[in-house]
Amino acid sequence: MGLNAQNITNEELFYGHKACGGCGAALSIRLVMKVLGKRTFAIVPPNCMSTVAFIYPSMTFGCSGAITTFAGTAAFESGVEAGAKALGLTDYTVVGFAGDGGTADIGLQSLSGAIDRGDRIMYICYDNEAYMNTGVQTSGLTPYGAKTTTSPAGDRLPGNTKPKKNVFEIVAAHDIPYAATASLGYPEDLLNKVAKAKATDGPSYIHIFAPCPTGWGCASELTVDIAKKAVDSGLWYLAEYENHEYTLNRNPKQFSDVRDYLKKQGRFAHLKDKDIEEICSIRDAIWAQMRKHWNCK
Amino acid sequence: MSEKMFICGDEAVALGAKLARPQVIAAYPITPQTIVVERLSDYVEDGSLDAQYLHVESEHSAITASIGAASVGARTFTATSSQGLLYMAEGLYYASGGRLPIVMMDANRSLALPWNIYGDQRDSLSQLEAGWIQLYAEDAQEALDLTIQAYKIAEDPEVMLPVMVCLDGFVLTHTYEVVEIPEQDKVDAFIPYQKYANRMDLEHPMSNCVTAGPDYNMELHYQQHLATIKAGEKLEAADKEYGKLFGRTYGGMIETYRTEDADAVIVTLGSVAGTTRCVVDKMRDEGKKVGLLRIRCMRPFPVQEIVDALKGVKAVGVLEKDVDHGFEGVVYTNVNSALMRAADKPATFSFIAGLGGRSILKSDIENCFAKLLRQAAGTPQSPTVEFVKLGCE
Repeated sequence: MGLNAQNITNEELFYGHKACGGCGAALSIRLVMKVLGKRTFAIVPPNCMSTVAFIYPSMTFGCSGAITTFAGTAAFESGVEAGAKALGLTDYTVVGFAGDGGTADIGLQSLSGAIDRGDRIMYICYDNEAYMNTGVQTSGLTPYGAKTTTSPAGDRLPGNTKPKKNVFEIVAAHDIPYAATASLGYPEDLLNKVAKAKATDGPSYIHIFAPCPTGWGCASELTVDIAKKAVDSGLWYLAEYENHEYTLNRNPKQFSDVRDYLKKQGRFAHLKDKDIEEICSIRDAIWAQMRKHWNCK
Repeated sequence: MSEKMFICGDEAVALGAKLARPQVIAAYPITPQTIVVERLSDYVEDGSLDAQYLHVESEHSAITASIGAASVGARTFTATSSQGLLYMAEGLYYASGGRLPIVMMDANRSLALPWNIYGDQRDSLSQLEAGWIQLYAEDAQEALDLTIQAYKIAEDPEVMLPVMVCLDGFVLTHTYEVVEIPEQDKVDAFIPYQKYANRMDLEHPMSNCVTAGPDYNMELHYQQHLATIKAGEKLEAADKEYGKLFGRTYGGMIETYRTEDADAVIVTLGSVAGTTRCVVDKMRDEGKKVGLLRIRCMRPFPVQEIVDALKGVKAVGVLEKDVDHGFEGVVYTNVNSALMRAADKPATFSFIAGLGGRSILKSDIENCFAKLLRQAAGTPQSPTVEFVKLGCE
């Protein structure tokens, strides 16, 4: 039997931080740490999570942790792993918690290097779809149509003009031993993927869809609900890559209405019908490709 | 018994690093550092060095991985040069601020633009403020010895700072000389591995590389400043202890040659000190009172040592393979600032030479000395920064 709300530990290894109410990134780390436990080295680049969790002399992680260079999350992890191995340490996990910008943009090179080397590190990308720590600027994982402070919406532009960079498949293209996507809307699925990643003898990657109420302009109690709606409407997906194969974990016969997802968020309030049609057409192309080439449950 | 080998500077550094038994090596190749990482790879492959070797995809990752390894207490080595050092720049400040005792070799090489792979010292001198202990070797033997001593200084509980060992590109890195290789057991005794307090530990979790706001930031920098100054004493102590064990000493942060009664002294660093020494001997034979002051350590900066050594000297020239465009040589800036503390400040001159690997000949150095001697004899010389042997106006 897998991990679920009944059997997961009550121990908290990420608390006392200063994150906003309803922060999906903080909730992601909290859940991941419940699976990983205390014998963990948590490596966090400069982002919202290191900003709220590492302010001397407070200590928010219940395990050892460090802030790394923005571009170097995976490289720092590799160094920790190499050092720990050289010192003969056993039974531990090295994990990185980077955001979407720290992963898809500035951190992609070092992530590629670490996966390519086969270092036994876990890399969590909490994806809140923009640079939130600096005030909601567009990143490589900001979706089409989202309004950010550097992708304003107006008469000429619909907000961000590019779909999300496909980091999951970029990572998988390294033939990584284990990679997965997850969503805070499906926490059991997330917990069990973290358990799989922890058991992986090599690099592992989990891409968590993690809403940011502050940056998305939505009520803070809606984080989990919105994360679920993203999956149900097909704007995010739950999948795994292992044993050289992709698997779609959830393949709904019919998507819920994307408007139920979009209309709850200020960043999409400006969207016109044609923009929503474009969002659906991007979605449908992605799903057609996944359904054609991946194992589907 | 120690053995003697005919090797180049890069190989000397690789052997020094091997003897220090680093547990983690993370490096990215760049000319003229490459032989160091090639040899270390060989040692790991043939089992003569038991280290984790990380083939990182960039210098940024080389230093970041080194920081990661050192943050759990592993003895760590890396090496780079030029553009690579600049690509590491963010990590340099990170490593020193994190008080992580990483040792790195820098093969001194020019910086682009214009592209140039040959030796000058603009790369490491551009990073003087990065908080690393910066040591400069004159020859391959000293490069090997400094690589070992670097760990002694870096890991000292009163220091806990990263150390950069600098070698002139090609002139030292690729030039062969006879080098005495210390015995492993003696090196082990000189720098025994010990766990340091400033490390992430599974049994006693701590946060590392933290944020410090206005409340604590100044204090952390003040402590780092004091520790950096302390490293000067530790360098001298390490040199003495090393001398007892291995029979070679170099002095402390500076080395002086025939400066006692000198009217004119050239201050320099790295391999050109050897050429300068020859010129000093020749000019002394001609009855000219000239001397050499070689800076071995640019950070911490040997302020009092320089003031004391140049007491009574009338004219001082700083000869360096570097220029801070629109100002003067950076080493000159440092030396001149130190001499402001002297009771009787000598006249000082900035000589820029050897940029992009241009050879510095004995005759060039003699010309520098001639200018200093004219000043010393009472004829004021132009204070303008002098580009030695310039081919344009």
